[in-house]
Amino acid sequence: MAAESLKKEPMVRIAKRSDISRRKAWFIRAVAILLALIVCGIFVYALTATNPIKVYAGMINGAIGTQRRTWNTLRDTMILLSVSLAITPAFKMRFWNIGAEGQILVGGIATAAVMRYMGDSVPTAVLFIVMIISSIIAGLVWGIIPAYFKAKYNTNETLFTLMMNYIATQLTAYFSIVWEAVKGSGTIGTINQKTKAGWISTSFMSNIFGSFNYSINVIIVLILTVAIYIYLSKTKQGYEIAVVGESENTARYAGINVKKVILRTMAISGALCGFTGFLLVSGSSHTISVNTAGGRGFTAIVVSWLAKFNPFVMALISFMLVFLDNGAVQIASEFGLNESAAEVITGVILFFLIGCEFFINYRVIFRGKHEEA
Amino acid sequence: MNIILIILKRIFTVTFIQKAVTQGIPMLFGASGEIMTERSGNLNLGIPGIMYMGGVGGLVGAFIYEQSVATPNGWIGVLCALIVSILFSLAGGLIYSILTITLRVNQNVSGLALTTFGVGFGNFLGGSLSRISGTAGQVSVYVTGMTFRTKIPFLSDHLGIVSDILFSYGFLTYLSIILAVFLTWFLFKTRRGLNLRAVGEDPAAADAAGINVIRYKYVATCTGSIISGLGGLYFVMEYLGGTWQNNGFGDRGWLAVALVILALWKPARAIWGSILFGGLYILFAYIPFGEAAQEIFKMLPYVVTIIVLVLSSVRNSKENQAPKSLGLSYFREDR
Amino acid sequence: MDTVNAIELKNICKYFGEVIANKDISLEVRKGEILSLLGENGSGKTTLMNMLAGIYFPDEGEIFVDGKEVKITCPADAFELGIGMIHQHFKLIETFTAAENIILGLPGAEIIKMNEVIDKINDLVNRYSFELDPTKKIYNMSVSEKQTVEIVKMLYRGANILILDEPTAVLTPQETDRLFDVLRNMRNDGKAIIIITHKLHEMLSLSDRVAVLRKGEYIRTVQTKDATELSLTEMMVGEKVTLDIGRKEPHDIVKRLEVKNLKCVDKNNVTTLDNVSFDVYGGEVLGIAGIAGSGQKELLEAIAGLQKVESGSIVYCGDNGEETELIGKNPLEIRNVGVALSFVPEDRLGMGLVANMDLADNVMLRSYREGKSSFVNRKDPRKKTEEIVDELKVVTPSISTPIRKLSGGNVQKVLVGREISNAPSVLMTAYAVRGLDINTSYTIYHLINEQKDHGTAVIYVGEDLDVLLELADRILVLCAGKVTGVVDARSVTKEQVGLMMTKHTEEVM
Repeated sequence: MAAESLKKEPMVRIAKRSDISRRKAWFIRAVAILLALIVCGIFVYALTATNPIKVYAGMINGAIGTQRRTWNTLRDTMILLSVSLAITPAFKMRFWNIGAEGQILVGGIATAAVMRYMGDSVPTAVLFIVMIISSIIAGLVWGIIPAYFKAKYNTNETLFTLMMNYIATQLTAYFSIVWEAVKGSGTIGTINQKTKAGWISTSFMSNIFGSFNYSINVIIVLILTVAIYIYLSKTKQGYEIAVVGESENTARYAGINVKKVILRTMAISGALCGFTGFLLVSGSSHTISVNTAGGRGFTAIVVSWLAKFNPFVMALISFMLVFLDNGAVQIASEFGLNESAAEVITGVILFFLIGCEFFINYRVIFRGKHEEA
Repeated sequence: MNIILIILKRIFTVTFIQKAVTQGIPMLFGASGEIMTERSGNLNLGIPGIMYMGGVGGLVGAFIYEQSVATPNGWIGVLCALIVSILFSLAGGLIYSILTITLRVNQNVSGLALTTFGVGFGNFLGGSLSRISGTAGQVSVYVTGMTFRTKIPFLSDHLGIVSDILFSYGFLTYLSIILAVFLTWFLFKTRRGLNLRAVGEDPAAADAAGINVIRYKYVATCTGSIISGLGGLYFVMEYLGGTWQNNGFGDRGWLAVALVILALWKPARAIWGSILFGGLYILFAYIPFGEAAQEIFKMLPYVVTIIVLVLSSVRNSKENQAPKSLGLSYFREDR
Repeated sequence: MDTVNAIELKNICKYFGEVIANKDISLEVRKGEILSLLGENGSGKTTLMNMLAGIYFPDEGEIFVDGKEVKITCPADAFELGIGMIHQHFKLIETFTAAENIILGLPGAEIIKMNEVIDKINDLVNRYSFELDPTKKIYNMSVSEKQTVEIVKMLYRGANILILDEPTAVLTPQETDRLFDVLRNMRNDGKAIIIITHKLHEMLSLSDRVAVLRKGEYIRTVQTKDATELSLTEMMVGEKVTLDIGRKEPHDIVKRLEVKNLKCVDKNNVTTLDNVSFDVYGGEVLGIAGIAGSGQKELLEAIAGLQKVESGSIVYCGDNGEETELIGKNPLEIRNVGVALSFVPEDRLGMGLVANMDLADNVMLRSYREGKSSFVNRKDPRKKTEEIVDELKVVTPSISTPIRKLSGGNVQKVLVGREISNAPSVLMTAYAVRGLDINTSYTIYHLINEQKDHGTAVIYVGEDLDVLLELADRILVLCAGKVTGVVDARSVTKEQVGLMMTKHTEEVM
């Protein structure tokens, strides 16, 4: 920081950049990731004294070492991307929906309930339609409650949605007991293990990708990516979201019904989170527990913010984060580290990534530079 | 009707009050720290992570000390635990400060990333300590833990029920209350407190009045982090008795953030608020409707927070609101 | 005469990115004098003074205070040197009392003894004959009370050099006179006063010398007694200008709006508009005068459908004689019933425009709904934007530039251009020339005259009474939410309007 107490020109001054080329911005981000990886390498080296090259090789191996791992990485990427897409409309409206965790969970509960109670009794197509609709409605309701109070009384949505997460968690815990597989276990276990009713097929397109793949998940989420992109940048509703996000006064001036836009946008955001809950339960875990969302709702905020609301950039960032995370899990087990090491590594990478945005937005000027220039 | 009577009978006991206090104290530390931070205009959602860091820091300090001597002295252990806990929390506060104050990154984004990191960091170190020590099972710093639980002599056993309700706790409990009262006095009666509140309300005006906004933000955020971290320390030492439970601290950090609202940004009001939250947090165990229903009752603290949040927004008065610049970064040469 | 200069600036330069805000400025201020710093908006007056106040740091050049070279890196440095600046936007904490604001950031005993502070403030207040209650909260204060707090705050800090940035912009003529008396008292006390302004007549009556800046460069300093309005304007603008708004006689006037017994209250249940009645005619300009916050904003927003109305009516009279009640309709509904109402609000980037969107997206703000498709049509708005840019000579890199990157004058041109492009039958403008340079201001006046000539009913809320008297046909004066008079702009005097702005008088018509 500037040397305030000294009676001389400040050492360092900071000025806003007027513009930065895309190439330069990505270069800064690449440097940040590199630095983060170096720090993580040092961290693992300090704990295990392993050759850092081996650490990085282990990470790559963990993320895409086998076909199965590659598909897992892709599946997790799609889930994270799906949540990021879901919160983005709200986020662009400057509505801090940090309640994605809860919206995912209630969507998951709804999906699980349909799977349990209707799995054997209705045709597959009907089952999936009911699952999807109920997950969407559940997420929508969870999202629209805080939105209603925001629109009506300007209640702080950050804290409201945050609290809704824990209510959803307890709801999940409640159903974990009501539906528990083995008395006293408090877990549901795999739903419809024998019939696989309500499971998204992992053998779709098996002639191309092998018998075990998540092609359906990938296709659904990629369609969603394009849809959100179009919705935000090309539609009237997307334009309204942008205006409300920038200034509610301007929106009212332009004749936009701000309350309606807040409610509608949070309904979409919550519904998509609920849908992500469906993808998680039906498309990957086939069960539900309080850890199903697994902090993705929080990570997604960082993803959306880093991508500056651009869905395609979100896909890239989601992949990178999941790649690093899965890689970190692998080295943690390979080198006998505690499994939480992965979270520490992810955290460090996030710090560097969000910190580097500063150098994209601002210029740092050192003392004396102007005289030379 | 009968059921309510049964519940009330179970609640109006000395042990319930004691447990409520025990649950409330970490939240009181957390909320006091967060109030200091928010008064400088920083909404630190990294507080839950920092509380994990402060907790594991205490464990690390006491662990290293207890491992290095044959017969550890509890009070030296306490000192070591305090020092390392403070250092760890400070590190968390510094990360947040550098990101949000110097690098002007969005506060919510930085805070959430810090919580991801801090929780992972706490679980990682807490889980690794036992492996490092070579002991089976969980790490334990028994001597230090018991010293943290030392009660006030005489007062804690000669006054009957008064002793039980008021004097049956370790020193951190009293420290938390003294801190809350002191911070309230500091904020509203001293020059630096006035300046700090000004920074949170309107940093540009504070800057023009000659206040070093950056320094105030840094000091308040880091001090706030240290105070919050003590909540984690309390949990590890006095509550768990000097051991680590993976994710054991749970979501108390978020409740501390919620408590700030209940307390209307005044630490002294967080004292009774924390005991109320503590009571709500354990109320489920006193509800005779079976295990599944208990999970529903665990929602209570969050529901109460939402109600307070809604009520305070409905009331919408000029006073008793969040600091006006909360959540915004400040950059003087902006134009 | 004391010849030691209170302040001396030598070759000061300041850049913001590529923009040169101040270029090689040298200037001195003497003790016991009032120096006016004159220049158009954007000429770098405020930037220059901010470097004395420690808000900015000069890129090049030296500053001398009392003959000694100094570096001012932060406001605290400035206070130590006895420099106090009163910013145009007051730097006060709304939820604090006056006394708390006054001692903010000062060194002293850690525990505040509020009684002693208040005694000391009252001493100062009496000495220079201010009016101030130190225990009053800022959010309960009027604009002129807030300004008093700012001045007392600087004096409390022992300021010997006082800088005031556009201090009269928000005051009534009477309040201005009182402020000037206080400033003269301070000058006679040996203090150096710099006053930033672009109101020529005020400056001529108050200051000893005038320093002129133009486009970031220092032009010259002259003795006030040797200057005239015209000579100063030419120094300021750099070319010969005719200061003639060019008002024409109204023709073919028809009734457009009939406002009756309008009453509004704000969310704290304070009445903001009380029993307001008046008519607006197509083909004439109705000026609205009043102290800031007398209900102008509420009045315009009530007509625009943005303000909740307690009682009363606002009737729009169409060409075919049909009458439409506007109360209870939101802006969209007003538009949908076929009323072409245009509104240039006071808060341009916070209400009229979206700062982060580009020009074209801003131009479509009022018309993006056109067409049945759910997708936005950006082709027509882009064409319309090109036209506005061409016609009003908006300086912008492209129509895809975020509007926040444009200068204040160009921002206003886009906003006014958009509102006029809708062929309005009623055009409302609030402080349409605030912060604009002289040439842009005249462009706006001419646009307004043109609209009037086309038969548009224009409502012009202004703060500069001289302009109001020359531009408007009739002037409606508001005081604390009440109409205190509707007068003929051609015959009334500024003093009469000033009196009506502060107290109730007989209606003159």
